[in-house]
Amino acid sequence: MFGFLRSRKPSSAQTAKERLQILLAHERGSGGGSDPDFLASLQRDILEVVRRHIEIDRDAVEIKLERSDDLSSLEINIDMPGAKARTPG
Amino acid sequence: MSKVIVVTSGKGGVGKTTSSAAISAGLAMRGHKTVVIDFDVGLRNLDMIMGCERRVVFDFINVIQGDAKLKQALIKDRRLENLSILPTSQTRDKDALTKEGVKAVLDELREDFDYIICDSPAGIERGAHLAMYYADEAIVVTNPEVSSVRDSDRVLGLLNSKSALAEKGDGSAVKAQLLLTRFDPARSARGEMMSVEDVLEILAIPLLGIIPESSSVLKASNEGMPVALDEKSAAGRAYQDAVGRLLGETTEVRAVQGEERRGFFQRLLGRGG
Ligand SMILES: Nc1ncnc2c1ncn2[C@@H]1O[C@H](COP(=O)(O)OP(=O)(O)OP(=O)(O)O)[C@@H](O)[C@H]1O
Ligand SMILES: [Mg+2]
Repeated sequence: MFGFLRSRKPSSAQTAKERLQILLAHERGSGGGSDPDFLASLQRDILEVVRRHIEIDRDAVEIKLERSDDLSSLEINIDMPGAKARTPG
Repeated sequence: MSKVIVVTSGKGGVGKTTSSAAISAGLAMRGHKTVVIDFDVGLRNLDMIMGCERRVVFDFINVIQGDAKLKQALIKDRRLENLSILPTSQTRDKDALTKEGVKAVLDELREDFDYIICDSPAGIERGAHLAMYYADEAIVVTNPEVSSVRDSDRVLGLLNSKSALAEKGDGSAVKAQLLLTRFDPARSARGEMMSVEDVLEILAIPLLGIIPESSSVLKASNEGMPVALDEKSAAGRAYQDAVGRLLGETTEVRAVQGEERRGFFQRLLGRGG
């Protein structure tokens, strides 16, 4: 009813609601949220696969996550020790 | 030398997480490398108050259990380069915290950070005990209200008996300071709320600061921003003063009034304030 009076900048309450909706959608199940440890096991698997080819440190795998409403991105960085590749190419 | 500071209270909902976020932001703003740890296992909330909830990958418990390295679990704040957050687990319970695990994480953090702020859960059980156990200093968050003051007294007793420093038995003690929050000077003046002096007389510890009851605290938490970053907020400025005192400044502690409620028309228009 008062929508036309709203300023363009969202109120802090709207911001709060949106943040919660995004977070809870993830926590309630979608995108691996149903298994809280999926990132830890994903990391373990990546490490194992990469190690079949290259010698890398246990902490050479870095996983970054950014959740948003329409899209979440998972960024995986692996520190490669350049010269140590066992099976090149 | 880095310092481990626990933000604790006994009683729930008095403002520990709000204070942990504000004080760590204030320390980072002054150039100190600071990390804030969420010890409230199972009820993760610090990430929301800090506004980094969308970026949590690994947590404190993953690190303790060896599923992730500390640097993989630390989240760097996007506003303050000196500030990092170590979120807790939303799915485990407090039994996942072990003394050895907590010590190992704190020892590793001590290598990189000047200040390690531990946001304690309410209560005096395992989570709260481990949050305070390795502390060098304590900020006891208290509301001017009977049950909060009583619980703070209980927590002070635990700091003096059940902390690593106290257990050394060589006279070492955790340095505890009082942070009186949600204070309303007008109501106190009318005799509806205990005065600062009343609380100080009972708890008999130094006063770190007085944070007014202030509408800007809710606004800051809505937006995921530590209230200390809001210069217009009376609570934010009071937290900044408290940070100064934590660092040794000897400014006089003053009780200020929080923001006036916004007017009817402003609220109707939904203007940000
Ligand atoms: N100075 C203040 N003025 C107004 N509201 C405040 C103030 N400090 C805290 N609050 C509000 O009080 C509530 C509890 O705060 P907070 O979550 O920081 O407490 P807590 O001690 O961490 O709680 P818990 O024991 O559940 O961990 C929140 O809604 C917060 O916005
Ligand atoms: Mg809390």
